[in-house]
Amino acid sequence: MTMSVFDISGRAMAAQLVRLNTTASNLANANSVSSTKEGAFRALKPVFKTVTDGQGISTVQVSQVVESQTDPTKRHDPGNPLADKNGDVWDAGVDQAAEMVEMMETARQYQNNVQVLQTAKTLTLDTLRLEK
Amino acid sequence: MANNDPLFGVAGDALKLRSQRMSLLASNIANAATPNYKARDFDFQKALASAQSGQSLDQAANQAAGYRVPLETSLDGNTVELSTEQTLFAENAVQYKTTLSFLQGRISTVMTALKGDN
Repeated sequence: MTMSVFDISGRAMAAQLVRLNTTASNLANANSVSSTKEGAFRALKPVFKTVTDGQGISTVQVSQVVESQTDPTKRHDPGNPLADKNGDVWDAGVDQAAEMVEMMETARQYQNNVQVLQTAKTLTLDTLRLEK
Repeated sequence: MANNDPLFGVAGDALKLRSQRMSLLASNIANAATPNYKARDFDFQKALASAQSGQSLDQAANQAAGYRVPLETSLDGNTVELSTEQTLFAENAVQYKTTLSFLQGRISTVMTALKGDN
């Protein structure tokens, strides 16, 4: 049994939703600070992977979620209760502008899949009512 | 396969190929953000011609298939361009609907022949 359009777009929507969740989590943690570089938050990124049924038809899934390469930045803030002995804190390694762009792109691609699903549904229903 | 189908004619094969192409274009749209994914499509006319000459539909679609040449290359190796894919998907959906109308015409003709005039 090959994948139907409903499988293809449905699973793609699920993958885009994981991506949207990681973006939300990154933005939520964007302003968190830590007293060590290792303890600071780093942005999470989903890794998309193609799943194919061997006939050229394929969908997508999230194979894993990895921490991004963006390094946390050191900031001098002696008044902060989390500051180390030099008076420094580490800001989360999140590029907020990039996350916003990612969010918009995710929303667009999610919508595209919804549109595909709607078109496929209409055509399937039309085909079912064929001999009317 | 349904070569020269006496009931549905060319429209039967055409509808199945349109449906296969819809899945292929949906795959491209689904993989719009997958690194190194290469968009695929098939030449509908070529596929329909080989289906008419007696090949199975899967074979016909596979032989006419190829990779899309992107207008611009991207850093992550993905060749899906949403504007292209969306346009072709919409076009294919309209053509599916058109084929469906042809089939509907054929079916109502046959129904009239079966039932008589009233």
